[in-house]
Amino acid sequence: MPHPDHAEVLIQASRLTKQFGDFTAVDGIDFRITRGEAFGFLGPNGAGKSSTMRMIGCVSPPTSGQLAILGWDPVTQGPAIRSRLGVVPQENTLDIELTVRENLLVYGRYFGLPRAVIRERAASLLDFVQLSDRAEDRVEPLSGGMKRRLVIARSLINEPDILLLDEPTTGLDPQARHIVWDRLFRLKQRGVTLILTTHYMDEAEQLCDRLVVMDGGQIVAEGSPRELIGGYSTPEVLELRFDPADHEQAAEKLAAQLDGPHREESLPAERLEVLADRVLIYTRDGDQALAAARALGLEPVTSLARRSTLEDVFLRLTGRQLGD
Amino acid sequence: MAVPTVAAPTAETAAASRPWSFASRELRFWLTDYRRTWRGSVISSVLGPVLYLGAMGAGLGTLVNRHSSASLGGVTYLAFISPGLLAATAMQTGFGEAMYPVLGSVKWVSNYFAAVASPLRPADVFRGHLMFVTLRLFMNCGIFLAVIAAFGAARSPMVIAALPVAVLTGLAFAPALMAWSVTRTTDVSFSVLMRFVMVPLFLFSGTFFPVSQLPGWLQPVAYVTPLWHGVALCRALALGTADPAGAAVHVGYLLVLALAGCAAAQVTYRRRLHE
Repeated sequence: MPHPDHAEVLIQASRLTKQFGDFTAVDGIDFRITRGEAFGFLGPNGAGKSSTMRMIGCVSPPTSGQLAILGWDPVTQGPAIRSRLGVVPQENTLDIELTVRENLLVYGRYFGLPRAVIRERAASLLDFVQLSDRAEDRVEPLSGGMKRRLVIARSLINEPDILLLDEPTTGLDPQARHIVWDRLFRLKQRGVTLILTTHYMDEAEQLCDRLVVMDGGQIVAEGSPRELIGGYSTPEVLELRFDPADHEQAAEKLAAQLDGPHREESLPAERLEVLADRVLIYTRDGDQALAAARALGLEPVTSLARRSTLEDVFLRLTGRQLGD
Repeated sequence: MAVPTVAAPTAETAAASRPWSFASRELRFWLTDYRRTWRGSVISSVLGPVLYLGAMGAGLGTLVNRHSSASLGGVTYLAFISPGLLAATAMQTGFGEAMYPVLGSVKWVSNYFAAVASPLRPADVFRGHLMFVTLRLFMNCGIFLAVIAAFGAARSPMVIAALPVAVLTGLAFAPALMAWSVTRTTDVSFSVLMRFVMVPLFLFSGTFFPVSQLPGWLQPVAYVTPLWHGVALCRALALGTADPAGAAVHVGYLLVLALAGCAAAQVTYRRRLHE
């Protein structure tokens, strides 16, 4: 949902910059997040996502630029802003020696909430993250997914306006990820503003109304998942796998068509990417492209025509090389 | 045009301006945490002084007392070392509470990072934790003092005043050590510090024998150590020989170290927790 003009702006950043010594982690980015949105920061490791999240979380003062959260300056109004935020940090900061419930009680007291209020909220939050039956158990033996759900429950103890999630499902197994997504989706439906970082494209597609792709501390693209796919990739991708002996030759032949004068007839494609084991053909119609490849006398061992995903956009924008 | 929201001031804005309001929340974390380990901790707090006073005071003391000299101030060895060990225990508690628990708070348990995601600021986290360390000092020194009384090793009712002095001795070390520990990423330097700083202080700050027995050139070094000031004042109070001027110097010296440690911790906690 691209922010409508009447929307209430909760976070506004302009030329936001964070430097650590000579290293610029966040390099003059602009963004605006409105109430009720699910907003994502995508990017490879070291892109500046977590540094941005820490600035929004008021635990890392910006080096320069403007940042307003709920209309406040994070440097002078840190405590007031943080009292309205929920934070799910990248590393679980749970006290594993305490019980599940005690972790919520201890955390609730950081917010100055009365004991009775914390107790009541803890009970309903544990219910929400499906941990009620483990309430009196120590945290240590819980699975990764359970710990993550507990951190999410904990982040909601102060009924925050904005929930910050730094890589909420990294390291979880598929079942655990889907449960977390389900809970986050419910929060979104309740109107909680979600801000998350991730390098999982399926996560971004599932959860985010709008996202920015970061690379090298800068925002390189912005939009809804659909807009980004439309703007930076073709509707479909044809993946061709050849016999290793023919791979290189086939790739050259395809590439030659792309540069040829009658490319639309010979190979309806916009772009070609040659990987070690496959050739990716970015096209508006995968079946048509496959027919064209066959007409050129190429016989792939396997072929897969699929829709473009955010991952294609991501790899195009941030490259296939390791970021760090 | 999109309208930036300006949230109404919250109760937390007011709470933030009261210096101990947020710190007491951090203290409550440590109290909850301590509920898990208090039994073992109290047992060792009792056992430690009983063993030390038994072995050194009553055991070794019988040998020392046969050659009793004026340099012990004409008292039994038990009466001599009891207040010294009280101050030394305060120092040890200060070291113990200010190293591993602090590193654990940024490295293993990460509870400091959980705390600063809430309204608490790094300085609140430091102050709250220091409140807990102070509480632990009162506990350990109080128990030690009770054991001294049980051994009949106190010579003056003024020994009661040795409790706050011992706590202050611990606080001459703890804030500075906390300031340093929060900057660490591993615990390798901790054992070095214990071996080469804490143990020599323990042995040579007048705890077991008067500093006057040290070689002349080493005596000024002993006078500079915080532990010597704690030992000297605790002993003077326990033996009833304290004078106001001397006491003021000792307290003043320990207080300056404690405050300097607090000032350093404000900076290092902010750097580590709000980088």
